[in-house]
Formats: sequence, C-alpha cells, structure tokens
Amino acid sequence: MSKLAISVDDLSKKYGTGLAVSHAKFEVPIGTICGFVGPNGAGKTTTIRMLLGLISPTGGSGQILGEPITSPDKYLPSVGAMIEGPAFYPALSGSENLRVLATLGGFPQERVDQLLKQVGLADRGGSKYKTYSLGMKQRLGIAAALLPDPKLLVLDEPTNGLDPEGIQEIRQLLRSLADNGTTVFVSSHLLSELELISEYLVMLRKGEVVFAGPIQELFDQQQPFMIVRTEHEQDLEKIMSIAEAAGHKAHLRDGTAHIEGPAEWAGVLNKLAFESGILITQLSPQVPNLEETFFELTGDQK
Amino acid sequence: MIGSIIRIFFAEWRKLRRPTLLLGTLGAVSFFSVLVSSVLFLMIDSPQGNGDRGVQITREMLSLPSGATQSFSSIGGLLGIVALCVFAAQTAQEYSLGTLRNLLVRQPGRIRILVGKLASMKVFAMVMTLVSAVISIGVSYALAGGKNVSTELWFNGDGRLEIAKTLLNVFLSILGFGIVGMVLGIILRSPISSISLGVLWLLIIENIVGALKSSTLNWLPGNQLSTIATGGSQNVSYSHALSLSAIYVSVALVIATVLFTKRDVSN
Repeated sequence: MSKLAISVDDLSKKYGTGLAVSHAKFEVPIGTICGFVGPNGAGKTTTIRMLLGLISPTGGSGQILGEPITSPDKYLPSVGAMIEGPAFYPALSGSENLRVLATLGGFPQERVDQLLKQVGLADRGGSKYKTYSLGMKQRLGIAAALLPDPKLLVLDEPTNGLDPEGIQEIRQLLRSLADNGTTVFVSSHLLSELELISEYLVMLRKGEVVFAGPIQELFDQQQPFMIVRTEHEQDLEKIMSIAEAAGHKAHLRDGTAHIEGPAEWAGVLNKLAFESGILITQLSPQVPNLEETFFELTGDQK
Repeated sequence: MIGSIIRIFFAEWRKLRRPTLLLGTLGAVSFFSVLVSSVLFLMIDSPQGNGDRGVQITREMLSLPSGATQSFSSIGGLLGIVALCVFAAQTAQEYSLGTLRNLLVRQPGRIRILVGKLASMKVFAMVMTLVSAVISIGVSYALAGGKNVSTELWFNGDGRLEIAKTLLNVFLSILGFGIVGMVLGIILRSPISSISLGVLWLLIIENIVGALKSSTLNWLPGNQLSTIATGGSQNVSYSHALSLSAIYVSVALVIATVLFTKRDVSN
C-alpha cells in the first residue's frame, strides 16, 4: 500500500485563459497533519475539489490513498471532507442532516449521535440547521466529514467562526485523529494554528506550489529577522534604506520594518540608526514563523 | 450499484418527507382537488360551464363509469405544476445550498445520484397522485347525490378500470412535469429561476401561444403532459400526447444527465 495519502503531479486546472492551478506537484505522507496555505484565490479550493473528484483537472495526475483521482469512487468512502465551509439543508435538523449523509454513504446511523457528541452538538442535534450559529455550523461540518471514520480528512477553513476555545478543541481533535493514523489535510488562514499542529505544509501562490514538504524544512530555509519600530513612523523608510545599504533585505508591515539578519546585527543597526538621528523604540530579533514565511514566499506583503 | 441507488433513494426521501415540504405540498394538492371537484359538481347547471375553459360537463357524462375520475383527471395540469416546483426546488437547492458537493463526496456516482433522486421524487409524485385521487373522488361522491348525478356505474368493473387508468395517466403526467422541473433545476441551478421559468412557460407562454395559434397545442410540451392526465382531448389524441411527451422528457433527461455528469461542481 502507498505510504502517501495524497500525491499530485503536474496537476493543472484552467478556467478561460488563466490557470487556477498550475502544474502543482506535492505529496502528503500518511498519518500526518498537512497545512495547505495560500492567499485568497491562490487555487487551494480548486485543488481540493480536484482531489475530491468534484472538478476535472485540465492536466496532470493525482493519487489519493493510492488510487487515481480519476476514480473517486475507489477512495472517497475513506475520505471525509468539508469544502468551503459547511453546507447543509436549513430546514432539517443538524442530526437529520447528518443522517442524510450517513444514509447516502451507508454508514451506521448510531455514528450520528456519537459525532454530535464528539463535536459538542449533542444538545442541539434536534434543532434546525438554520438556527445554528456560525460556530455550530462549522462543528456540524466537521462531524459530517468524520462520518466515514476517514483515513484522510480534508478540511477547508475548519476553524472559521469558532471561538478560541472551539479552535483549541478542533486543534486537539485533529491531533488525536492524526495520532490514530488519520491523515489531515487542512487549509486555514490561521497560520499560527497551522504552525502549532502541522508537520507538513503545501503553500500555493497564484496557482503554483511555492513550497511542499516538512514544515521544519521550510523554517530552515528562512532567514532570522528583526522587527523595528521607530519614534516617528516616517523614519522606517530611512531604517530600511540603512539596512538595504548594509546588504539586508527589508520591508514594511503593520507600521514596522521587518529586516532580515541575525540577532547579533541588531546592535549594529541600532548604532547606525542613532548616527542617522533616528530613535528606535522597538528592536526585536525573531526566529522565522509561518506567518512571516508565508508573506515572504507568497509575496503578499503589506 | 443497486445498493447505492437504494441508499440515495432513502437519503433523498429524508429530505422530501420533512413536514414543511410534505404537508405543504399535500395541502396544495388537497386544495386543488377539493376546488376542482367542487366546481365540477356545484356549477353543473351554470351557463358558464363547469369544466376547463368553460366546457360543459353534463349529469349524463358524470354518470358514466368515468364520472368518478372526471375532476381528478382535470386536476393533472395543476398537480403537474406543483410537482414541477417540488422537483425543481429539490434539485436546484443542491447547487444553491452547496450541498451537492457533500452528496458527491459521499456518493461520487453522478448518474446513480440522479437515478436515486428521481426514484425518490417519483414516490413523492405517487403520494401526491393518490392523495389527490382519494380527495377528488371522495368530494365528487359526496356532492353527486345532492346534484342528482348517479354514481351507480362509478365503482363497478368499468368504473374501477377508469379509476386505475386515470391514476396511471395522472401519475405519468405529474411525473413528466416533475422531470421537466428537475431538468430546469439542473440547467439553471437556482430554485427561484427554475420554478419561475417553468411556471411562466406552462401558465402564461403556452396559454398565450395556444390562444393565438391553436395548432401549436399539438406541440406545446405542457399541453401534451396535461392531455395525458385527461386521457386525450378534442385537439390532441392520447397517443400523440404520450409519444410526444416521451420524446420531450427523454431529450430533456439526456441533456440534464450530460450536464450533471460532466459539469464541474464549483459552488
């Protein structure tokens, strides 16, 4: 049996004249949690839909749990998915919505009550879906994805609308599923959350894979940097010029300058700034994190 | 294959049996059944007529073995519109709610989904037909005595055969309208658009075109389906209506199947 839960090669999807996904190539090993990130419109949902047989690729190939994506009926019974948020029938209760899917997939009806309990909806299972809050809808979507007791769980923004406690619960749930052998392929804009739980990462930018592999490998490729804040915001441009003149990459983000360089160089920068008459009010050396790396690789810098 | 179609059937039935849809539809069916049956008998002596488009249906005609189902057969068109709305809404909502992606992840066989859904909606149409038959025949029977219409022949051998024939014809008619609704739902992917277009065509466009040029009544799809329910009309024979409807419905189903199976699910 394949040791890969997902494997795609040269996968592309063309809409009109543009490529929504362009020659994507990545692999996700079985039993890992893999983050799937990229700016809006990067092609994440299109890729997920191709993996689930909902849209046909324009080119390339892929395998899920060792089966080709052209035969979704061979692998989908072992796959749970929530794509682009939860989608259910408003006039049916949460429980009845799950029963529709359980009937369709041939899963035992008892599983519905177990899952409602697992996602914290046991007491609201009988309420109509249209009365649910966003967080409750999200939990129901996750319950639906767990119906087949999946070997591969594909989740698109599972923490949307959840409060911090709910986010933590989902994190723990995903961790425990992965510990029990389920592969989790999760897309999210909460990069700090993904950083906490993911071992693997696939990063898309404008339909192209810019990174795919173990998350630590990504961090190892990144330079340390420092965050600089000055007394007057207009001085940040000068700080950037000073850094760039010294051969360090720099860019502005959220009213601060982010300057690549080891922590030891912070003192030099402080001295150069002082000599130029600039008062630095914050100078914080940082190790690379997913958010910083994301902006670096996707070029989506503010 | 059969097992998965049966699962799709029952999954769809869970949606169709929800009280708001089931009771609401049966309420509409009951209303039309009572209304048409009552008009037929209570206006039997009216100079404006008591049938469709001012047609006069006499005591003698109502006393025949077909008398019991006279009102039931003329309800076919109205029931058809109800079926069209239900089938269209049930199909198009999968797109508008985004639930189609859930269905296809749990059951990737798209033709199986289509067959299972259609089978479930057929049963729904059957329930509609039976409820309407019971109510319209019941109301007709209750009103016949007061209007001096003999019911002696209604339930003898010939009468029972007429009831069976009309049940089948009305069911076929309703099913045809329903399939048209389902096809519109697949093509337009919006319940409001598909219901609006279907009802607009059947109630307004076909009536205007038919009134302007009566020869078109031989070809208009809604008229063929309504004619099946009545077992034929002065303008259109039953066999013509049945064969032409079969062609229309088959072509529509082929188009819908191709669209449903080949189109990307991107909403």
